[in-house]
Amino acid sequence: MKRQRDWSEGALNVFVGLVLVFLALPTLAVIPMSFNSAELLVFPPPGYSTRWFKTFFQRPEWYGAAINSAIIAVLTTIIATAIGTAASMALARSRFRLKGAVAVVFLLPMMVPAIVTGVALYRSYAVWGLAGTIPGLVLAHTIVALPFVVINVSAVLNRMDWRLEQAALSLGASHLQAFLRVTLPIIKPGVMAGALFAFLTSFDEVVVALFMTGVDTVTLPVQMWAGIRFEINPVVAAVSVMLVGLSAFVFTVYALLRRSQP
Amino acid sequence: MAATRAAGFARARVELLVLPGLLIIVALFLYPLVSLVGISVYEKGDWTLRHYQRLIDVPAYVRVLQRTLVMGAATAFLCLLLGYPLAYRIATTSGRVRAALIAGILVPFWTSLLVRTYGWMVMLNPQGILNKALISAGVLDSPLTLINNTTGVLIGMTQIMLPYMVLPIVAVMVRLDPALMRAARILGAGPVRAFLRVYLPLTLPGIMAGVLLVFTISLGFFVIPALLGGTSDILLAQLVEVNINSTLNWGLAAALSTLLVVTTLILYAIAHRYFRVSALWGDIR
Repeated sequence: MKRQRDWSEGALNVFVGLVLVFLALPTLAVIPMSFNSAELLVFPPPGYSTRWFKTFFQRPEWYGAAINSAIIAVLTTIIATAIGTAASMALARSRFRLKGAVAVVFLLPMMVPAIVTGVALYRSYAVWGLAGTIPGLVLAHTIVALPFVVINVSAVLNRMDWRLEQAALSLGASHLQAFLRVTLPIIKPGVMAGALFAFLTSFDEVVVALFMTGVDTVTLPVQMWAGIRFEINPVVAAVSVMLVGLSAFVFTVYALLRRSQP
Repeated sequence: MAATRAAGFARARVELLVLPGLLIIVALFLYPLVSLVGISVYEKGDWTLRHYQRLIDVPAYVRVLQRTLVMGAATAFLCLLLGYPLAYRIATTSGRVRAALIAGILVPFWTSLLVRTYGWMVMLNPQGILNKALISAGVLDSPLTLINNTTGVLIGMTQIMLPYMVLPIVAVMVRLDPALMRAARILGAGPVRAFLRVYLPLTLPGIMAGVLLVFTISLGFFVIPALLGGTSDILLAQLVEVNINSTLNWGLAAALSTLLVVTTLILYAIAHRYFRVSALWGDIR
């Protein structure tokens, strides 16, 4: 009986280990390729070098795309976090007619497939002169990122004790003071988590950007897309390694914020 | 009295905070979306269903729709096969092992989709890591074709969608009372029977949510089939892109988009009955 149980537990652990390898495999595979000295995707690489990282920092089409992405992601993060936090406050604190419907509207950009969002926004934004511009991309990414901010901030707001804010108000604080001095410090981990989500969503977003970028506003994922789909450009491997590093860093910050939540 | 008035005042102001976000989403997202739906049914001053008619009449389009449904179902099946045991392990351990397992799921979840898809191209191409390893180990004589075909798309989609399967199932498993399984064993059920008759049915809501989520999200996938799939067996999202960028048939692209959005939202609504979908992006601890 005991032996049979050990056997099945062991088999389960081996299986789970293999699934985890499967999950990590593609991310790990890009690391040796980024230090590849050859022009082609050959494994094992014939030699090792850092030439593709150098190429990235020498070519304006690559570092320029990274700069565009950084500008767009930072602006998206600021706008989406401010607007999303405000909306979460309204949804958590007030009761109004159609509140349920409004909450669903805030989640819609997350549920609508990216290809549809890309096509729909491209068509309207082209008419408004926003397609191919940085403001157009920031607005599109703000919309895509908003649900993640609302979800993360709402999760904290729903666990918060409102009497703390009421106490501040009854002791003479204005609404703004009560929000800035009492509520915001309490919900900060949720706001920060939402901001991190918004940043990565924008920085990694490719499908909507494929439709929305112009010649001068190519983002890093769009440049990578071109480097993968139409040629096999080894710079993509170097960029991938840097993006994995960025994701790992952001995830670590997120995990630490999680732990500090009430 | 004063307190009530103050509270009422605060409430009136706080609900206005929803307006900036609502305005942006309605004007800059919903309006473009509705107007896209509009051009699928309204053309040159007349209502028409001819784009939808073509989706039914043209065999090539019907095949794309069928293939999209089959690939979504196959991805959901593979994710369940790999994800259920992983979810069970996460739900039945604690401490460091559990934290490591959850990180193992969440880290890829946070890694760029493009990076992971590119990683599979590196892994699976005929000169890639997997084929080279299998050939040098003597398992294969010539490389397997694992990319630019259905196999590549299924591998890529399963890896990307696995967290969406595992997280809802874990959420259900951790709420189960372990005493139920002990009771089944004490009452004479063998381990297999106790699992099939007690554990599996109790975790069914998680399975339903996971399967529905993976299937739903898979229907709209563009990046993975475009990069890992072949040029002959495209999926719905690729057909939309072709109609915008190559054939410039906006009416048909709009009809396909409408079909995709309506199907997606209905499936989300059903999945939501089993699992609070928003919990995936921030609520699970």
